[in-house]
Amino acid sequence: MDIKAYIESGILELYVAGTLSKKENKEVYNLMQQHPEILQEVLEIESAIIKLTASASQLKNNDSLQNIKQALGFNINDGSKVISITKPKYNWLTYSGWAASIILALGLLWTINQNNQLRSDIQISETQQSLLETQIANSKNSLIEAKNLISVLRDNNITQVPLAGQGHFADTYAKVYWDKNSQRIFLDVLGLPEPPEGKVYQVWSLKLSPLTPTSLGTIDNFITDENKIFEIENVNESEAFGITLEPAGGSESPTMEQLYTLGVVTSS
Amino acid sequence: MDLDQLILKFQQKDERAFESLYNMYSDSMHGVIYNIVRDHNIAEEVMQDVFIKAWHKADTYSSKKGRFFTWILNISRNAAIDKTRSKNFKKSKQNLDANFFVDILETSDSLDNKTDAIGVSKFVNKLAKKCIEVIELLYFKGYTQTEASETLDMPVGTIKTRNRNCIKELRSMVLN
Repeated sequence: MDIKAYIESGILELYVAGTLSKKENKEVYNLMQQHPEILQEVLEIESAIIKLTASASQLKNNDSLQNIKQALGFNINDGSKVISITKPKYNWLTYSGWAASIILALGLLWTINQNNQLRSDIQISETQQSLLETQIANSKNSLIEAKNLISVLRDNNITQVPLAGQGHFADTYAKVYWDKNSQRIFLDVLGLPEPPEGKVYQVWSLKLSPLTPTSLGTIDNFITDENKIFEIENVNESEAFGITLEPAGGSESPTMEQLYTLGVVTSS
Repeated sequence: MDLDQLILKFQQKDERAFESLYNMYSDSMHGVIYNIVRDHNIAEEVMQDVFIKAWHKADTYSSKKGRFFTWILNISRNAAIDKTRSKNFKKSKQNLDANFFVDILETSDSLDNKTDAIGVSKFVNKLAKKCIEVIELLYFKGYTQTEASETLDMPVGTIKTRNRNCIKELRSMVLN
């Protein structure tokens, strides 16, 4: 068989076009298996026709393949690409999300801590302030008392009565400042020792003839008072003043064995 | 992969083989269909139907009966022609027979669309009118040798040799 003449006849072009009979198709197929040059010829004809027909293709939609796959029920979601693209995104978002929330939490804790610290500072300051206010008030009171005392001491109408130590208590002393107009005395007992427990000093106003003692009261806060000057009411026409040590609560009459100091009012 | 093996896998319902064949022939089929229906949306729809049909009737193909390209080319032409015979289509389109595939190549948008088409169209425009006519009828329209000879009013033998010479010319233009 003349292969070249067979090729030149143009039957292979019609074979590719699909216009041959079944018998002719079978014949070309068998010859292609036997003669590689015939197969090669067919491939080239086919290739040229494919190029030519493809050139008439206009605006072919790229979604067509997806549509076909969908219509055929292909597993079009098998794309591992989709996963590999979304996964790093997901991780990045997650990490930054966690980081942001941790930073936020730390920030909140720090703020709360700061807040508590400041509150405690304010409390300390307030306590200090109230302490200082108390001290100022105390100082003011002390100043008033001191001024009061000074004014008393400077007053001409005040009678001074020194009380001298008696008997065993010769080294003790006291002093009475008697303001007759306002019927009160200021008793300075800095020269007396602290009374033992269960005992108190009792102040007496005395008439000398006959000797009549009148209690002016006990000095109950002797130990706690700082300047040891006590203001005591005195309505008596006193001729002398005495101080005795008595059991707590005081006595009806002075215990003469425990007479510490005694002083007579000298008429001025 | 060898084409015969690819087709065999396709016939065994291998989805990847189907995709490979689609990539090889879809532009060509789309060109053939568009040349017949001359409507972008309809051509798209028919082309998709053709590949869906090919998948479903893959087992009817046999290499002994002809080329795989010829097989799917036949499906495409028949589907496109069926479309033009539908009532709805006839209402909207007229005188399609007057158009040849070269019209498409002469329009500007095809040149924008495919670089490959630019190269081919340059050569195709150089093809003699008698070549364009015979290629149009035998490959794009699916005419038989006899039908073509009647349409072009020339002997059957002349169609065969003229076609041979025209395809030879085309091959020298588009194949290196």
